[in-house]
Amino acid sequence: MPRDRVSTPTRLELAGIAAGPAPAAPSHAAAWRRLLRLRWGVAAGIVLLGIVLAAVFAPLIAPHDPLAVDIRHRLTPPAWMDHGTPEHLLGTDPVGRDLLARMIYGGRVSLVVGVASVLMSTTIGVLLGLGAGYFGGRTDWTIMTIINVMLTFPFVLLALAVIAVLGASLFNMIIVLGVAGWPIYARVVRAETLAIRERDFVVAGRALGMGHLRLIFRQIAPNLLSTIVVIATLQVAQVIVLESFLSFLGLGVQPPTPAWGNMLGEGRLYMLNSWWIATFPGLAIFVTTLAINLMGNALRDWLDPHLKL
Amino acid sequence: MRRYIVGQLVQLVVVLFGISILAFGILHVLGDPVLLLLPQNAGKEEFERYRHLLGLDRPLYVQYWKFLSRAVLGDFGKSWYADTPAFRLVLERMPPTIYLTLSGLVVALLIALPLGTLAALRRHTWIDSLCTAVAVAGQAVPIFWLGIMMIIVFSVRLRFLPASGYDSWQNFLMPSFCLGAALAPITMRLVRSGVIEVMNMEFIKTARAKGLAEGRVVVKHAFRNACIPVITVLGLQFGQLLGGAIITETVFAWPGVATLTVESIRNQDFPVVQCAVVLLALLIVAVNLIVDLVVGFIDPRIHAS
Repeated sequence: MPRDRVSTPTRLELAGIAAGPAPAAPSHAAAWRRLLRLRWGVAAGIVLLGIVLAAVFAPLIAPHDPLAVDIRHRLTPPAWMDHGTPEHLLGTDPVGRDLLARMIYGGRVSLVVGVASVLMSTTIGVLLGLGAGYFGGRTDWTIMTIINVMLTFPFVLLALAVIAVLGASLFNMIIVLGVAGWPIYARVVRAETLAIRERDFVVAGRALGMGHLRLIFRQIAPNLLSTIVVIATLQVAQVIVLESFLSFLGLGVQPPTPAWGNMLGEGRLYMLNSWWIATFPGLAIFVTTLAINLMGNALRDWLDPHLKL
Repeated sequence: MRRYIVGQLVQLVVVLFGISILAFGILHVLGDPVLLLLPQNAGKEEFERYRHLLGLDRPLYVQYWKFLSRAVLGDFGKSWYADTPAFRLVLERMPPTIYLTLSGLVVALLIALPLGTLAALRRHTWIDSLCTAVAVAGQAVPIFWLGIMMIIVFSVRLRFLPASGYDSWQNFLMPSFCLGAALAPITMRLVRSGVIEVMNMEFIKTARAKGLAEGRVVVKHAFRNACIPVITVLGLQFGQLLGGAIITETVFAWPGVATLTVESIRNQDFPVVQCAVVLLALLIVAVNLIVDLVVGFIDPRIHAS
C-alpha cells in the first residue's frame, strides 16, 4: 500500500501549505533578490566613490578654474550642440565659467555639508535616544516631547526660520541641518534601546554592578551600530537635497562659490534660452541622491533585513 | 475613546507650547531683533533706544510671555516691511498653499493607488520590479529640479502651460504634479505593502471561497482595508507634504505662504516669518489630530493597543 500513502494529501497540503521542499523556493528567490539588490548597492557605491573622488581631487581633474570668468564665451551650449566647443564639454554659464568644472567643485559643498551635518545630528540624536530609552520616565517624556515638536515642524520650515536669523553661510547651514535632523535618530535609537535594555546581557551587566555610562556605551550602544549607520547613510541624501534647496533659494552657499544648489538657482534665471545651466547641476544632485539611497537600502538588507525604517 | 481624545489634546497643547518657544527662541535667543531692524552703521545709543522701545531690555521670560499672550490672539505685530499686521498677510496667503497641498495629495494618490496595487498583485514580476525602480528613482529627484525641468519642457519649449501664476486651472497642473510626484513613491510603497498584507488575510480567502470574482475581491475587500494604513501615514506626514509644498511654491512663484516666507526672509521681515512658522505648525498639528481621530473612528483596533 505504499502508493496510497504517497497520493493521500497531508493535512498541511490541504490547508494550502505544501509540504517538503516547496517552502525553500521562495527563500531561494528571496536570497537571489537580496543578492541582486546588493549588486545594485555595490554599483551605487562605486558611482558614489567616483563622485567623492572627483570632489576631493577637483583641482586635478577639473578642466578649468571654476571661478574663471570668460565673457566672450558666455552661455556656450554643451559640446554636442550647435555652437558648442569641446573646450567646454557641458557649456558655460552667464559669465562664461565652465559648467563641468563648477559641477566638479560643487560636489565638495554638497558632500561636506551632508557628512558634517549628519555627523552632528547623529551625535545629538543617538545620545538623546539612548538617554530616553535607557532612563525612561521623566527623561523619556521630555525628550519624546521635544522630538514630537521637532517632527511636527517641516524640516524645511525650521531651516528657513533659523537661516533667516543667523544669515546665509556654509557654516550656518551645517549647523542648521545638523540641529534640525536629529529627531529621527533619537526616535529609532530610543525604540531599540527600550527593547535591548530588557535583554539578559544588560540585566546581567547591571547585576554585576556596572555603572549607567558603561551599560549604555559598552553594552547597549554597540548593538545599535548597524541601525545608526543605515539611517545616517540615507540621511546624507536628504541633507544634500535640502542643502541644494537652500542654496537654490540663495539662503545657503553664496556665489561665486560653486554649489549644485546655487548653480541651479542661477540656471533658473536663464532657463528660457540656456537649459543646460539648470539641468546638469540638478542631474548631479539626482545621481548622488540615488546612489546614496541605493547604497543605504543595500546596506540595510545586508546588515539587518528586518529593520524597518 | 474619551480618555484618548483628552490625552491627544494635552499633547496638542504641549506641542503648541513647544512650537511657540521655538518660534520665539529663534529670533530672540539665536538672533537679536535690533540688529536685524537697524542699519549696521547705527550708533550705540540708537541700539539702546530701540531695545528699550521694543521692550528687549527686559528679561527673556517677560518678553516670551508678552509674545505668547499676543500670539494667542493672533497678534504677531506689524510687518516691518509692509506696515500691515503680519497675521493678516500670512492668512491671505494661506488658501493657495492649502489648495496646492490638497491637489498634490490627489495627484500622489492617483499615481500611487493603481501602481501600488498592481505591484502588490503582480508581486515579484517585472511589473513589480519596474514600479519599485520608478519609486526608488522618483524618491531621489529633487522637487525643485523637477519643477524647473517641467517649466523648461512644457512652458519654454512646448508653450503648453504657464510657468507661474495662479489664475486658471492650467496654473495648477505643473505644481500639483510636481508635488504629487514627490509624494507618490513613498505612498506607492505603503499601498503595495498594505495590499500584500491584506491579501494574505483570512477574509480574502473567505471571499475567494465564496466564489467572488478576483476583481471584486481586490476592489471591495483588499483595497479598502489596505487604505487605512495609507491614510494614517499620509495624514501624519502632512508636515512633510507641506514641506514639499513650500519647495514647490518657490519654484512656480505660487502666491502661498512659503513664497511669502522666503520673501520675508530676504527682507528680514521677522514678524511675518514668525507668524508664518507658527500658523503652518498649527495647521500641521490640527491635521495630525483630525487624521488620528478619524482613523480611530474608522478602525477602533488602532487605539485599543
